[in-house]
Amino acid sequence: MKDKKSEITTFTRRDALRGLASFGLTAGVASSLLLPASVQAQLIGEDPLRPRQGGRIRVACMASSTADTMDPAAGSLSTDYARHYMFYNGLTQYDSDLRGQLSLAESLESDDQQTWSIRLRQGVEFHDGKPLEPQDVVYSLMRHLDPSVGSRVKPIADQFDSVEVTGPRQIRVTLKYPNADLPEILADSHFLIIQDGTGDFTASPGTGPYKVKEFTPGVRTIGVRNENYWKPGRPYLDEIELVGIADETARVSALLAGDVQLINAVDPRSTRRVRQTPGFEVMDTPSSGYTSLIIRQDMAPTNSRHLSLALKYLLDRPTIKRALFRGFATIANDHPVHPNHPFYASDLPQREHDPERARYHLKKGGFEGLRLPAYASPAATGSVDMATLLQMSAIPNGLKLGVNRVPADGYWSNHWGKHPLSYGNINPRPTLDMMFSLFYKSDAAWNTSRWNNEKFDQLLQAARSEGDQTRRKQMYVDMQELVHNECGIGIPVFIDLIDAYDSRLRGLSPIPIGGLMGYSFAENVWLSE
Amino acid sequence: MNTIVNLLLKRLGISLVTLLLVSAVVFLITNLLPGDPVQEMLGQAATPEVVEALRAKLGLNQPAYIRYMSWLGSLLSGDPGVSLANNMPVAELVSDRLPRSLMLAGITTLVAVPFALFVGILAASYSDTRVDHFISTIVMFVVAVPEFLVATIAVLIFSVHLGWLSAVSYAPQDPSLQEFIATYALPVMTLSLVLVGQMSRMTRAALIEQMQQPYIEMAILKGASHSRLVLRHALPNAVGPIANAVALSLSYLMGGVVIVEVIFNYPGIASLMVDSVTNRDFPLLQACAMLFCTGYLILVFMADICAILSNPKLRN
Repeated sequence: MKDKKSEITTFTRRDALRGLASFGLTAGVASSLLLPASVQAQLIGEDPLRPRQGGRIRVACMASSTADTMDPAAGSLSTDYARHYMFYNGLTQYDSDLRGQLSLAESLESDDQQTWSIRLRQGVEFHDGKPLEPQDVVYSLMRHLDPSVGSRVKPIADQFDSVEVTGPRQIRVTLKYPNADLPEILADSHFLIIQDGTGDFTASPGTGPYKVKEFTPGVRTIGVRNENYWKPGRPYLDEIELVGIADETARVSALLAGDVQLINAVDPRSTRRVRQTPGFEVMDTPSSGYTSLIIRQDMAPTNSRHLSLALKYLLDRPTIKRALFRGFATIANDHPVHPNHPFYASDLPQREHDPERARYHLKKGGFEGLRLPAYASPAATGSVDMATLLQMSAIPNGLKLGVNRVPADGYWSNHWGKHPLSYGNINPRPTLDMMFSLFYKSDAAWNTSRWNNEKFDQLLQAARSEGDQTRRKQMYVDMQELVHNECGIGIPVFIDLIDAYDSRLRGLSPIPIGGLMGYSFAENVWLSE
Repeated sequence: MNTIVNLLLKRLGISLVTLLLVSAVVFLITNLLPGDPVQEMLGQAATPEVVEALRAKLGLNQPAYIRYMSWLGSLLSGDPGVSLANNMPVAELVSDRLPRSLMLAGITTLVAVPFALFVGILAASYSDTRVDHFISTIVMFVVAVPEFLVATIAVLIFSVHLGWLSAVSYAPQDPSLQEFIATYALPVMTLSLVLVGQMSRMTRAALIEQMQQPYIEMAILKGASHSRLVLRHALPNAVGPIANAVALSLSYLMGGVVIVEVIFNYPGIASLMVDSVTNRDFPLLQACAMLFCTGYLILVFMADICAILSNPKLRN
């Protein structure tokens, strides 16, 4: 029940923030208002104390290796994202509802959602003193299109038709098709702004709240306060050290021993241990990330609609939520839209665990007694346990499901979506369009179940440029229904992201794109003593 | 002395051949692993177009034997190459980690070897008595408990509950004595427990074997004291096998400590090698393999020297 309580407090804080935003203020501007500090603090709904300057923290993420990078385009792990938000800024940044709020951009406008004009904030400087110029933005965005850069968001960047300098602080972004979500896309850590021509990412100056003091891949990253940061009063801390501790038990121990002050990727099982220790707290971020059962629609035998439906009816969602995630999950309905989302299809009936129906479909399709292996791996969070649960409910109903547990090493290139049945793990995406375009569109590279639905593709295309929110919502509802009924993806639950921190650390609140405040904790946290 | 110089030269030659063979085998095995550096780097994001471009950029589209030869060529000219995962010089990555690994290994050696020898000799000289049984039971117990368990429990007790020592071992630039102990106490303790077990058992066995020799019986008949029997008569003859056991145990400190490195977040060379395997980072992997192999060869060689010096028959 403690969870509920913490949720309520975060909501009030969030609501207050939202209230502020509706006055056209962002938190950064708020601190420079001519209001007494205490009133300001109450307005923001923060602790009655004013954020304090100074102090040093150490943060431990779940993974760090020699593949750690300073290149935003190559970021692939939580440690990378956290590092990039420490040293760089985006044109926009996420708020607690994953809307793209202005950051380096002072304005971002479009009449047709296809040609966007961006005006840059004045007086922003890189860490080496060079002022931020439009050419930096052009370089930062267009480099994703070059395959040899190896950008992880190339499929998203492919919609950029051109990015041009149109004035001393002006940039024009032309898309290949209208997309109302550009502000959200640009807030993604991969699209953070670097200096024009940056090729060597060992000492690459950004505009972010911290400056690089040390970067040793696989060991640690140290950032020191950027005294010249463009957000007045920020950042609060003098220094942040970012390390990786791969072992979850060791990570939690390091927190409780006081060696680190903030950790991510806490196992639900460890939350009690953290909460029972005075001076430590848990932050639960409901996210739209999920682990899915991939049922290939172009491979025998799973190309049968009966088999797909039978498998979906065999998913025991409440048990997965309770047993695997100790309640730190939200039940999903075989489509990738979280119930928190304003466009969630609330009228679509929840698919229940229904062995009867599953048996009916197995019989109808002639699959009784079928042997079928499912590929699961520690690489896809919880998939091995999910596969075992599925096996337990499949076998009594006449489907001889086997669990092929394969190593995490090489899973994504060799097994993910490569067999009739396998598991995948999808991180939260800021917009529905991104989620659907990347993972469900017929010709998407990661449409892992290879379902092919013309109607879905048309809806997706139409929803992008639809300005009317009611009509747009209806389109997304229709898409959810199509995915729910026909796609070869079974999504049992959305997995919460759990962080734990030293309670002297203040200013944290969930941003559901990832743990650690959507990885952007660095400019928001401060130490209370 | 001639024997030793000869042996040294011969060993050097064999070592070079061994290193070459090891590098070839490591290269072969890395190539057999599923996935290449590019796929591992991109993970889920590996689209064919990007994979192709990156492969070309990193020179992975060349045939395997050409890549191997060019790596070997640059190594011979003193350059171990550039890491495929992060584009940093391998030499730089290694030089950051190697001193830390050597430091940890060195301290552990200083703690573990004397202790293991003491325990082993004690057990041997009181063999088949209660002392021996007690020591053997404890030692077997310690060997049987996996090190991740020892490490995790030690962290829970000493770091989380008592708050004496640090749970992550990252020494500051110029540590004070206190910081130094706080950093190294837990990893060294964990590693020592594992090593003491192995080494003391071998020491005990080697000594007991000597104690059953006729010359010991002779010494007993002459009336030598028990401690003189063990230390003066039996021990010098057991130095060879003991040195070998110590060398084998210590070679584990170079590459086998990855679990300890992970749990204490100690940035040593073993986790560097694990990273390089996961990333299929061939130049880095080769560099680590070469280092481990060299370390192993040096240790075994030193053990041989010890054995020769302690054996009057071989000394001349």
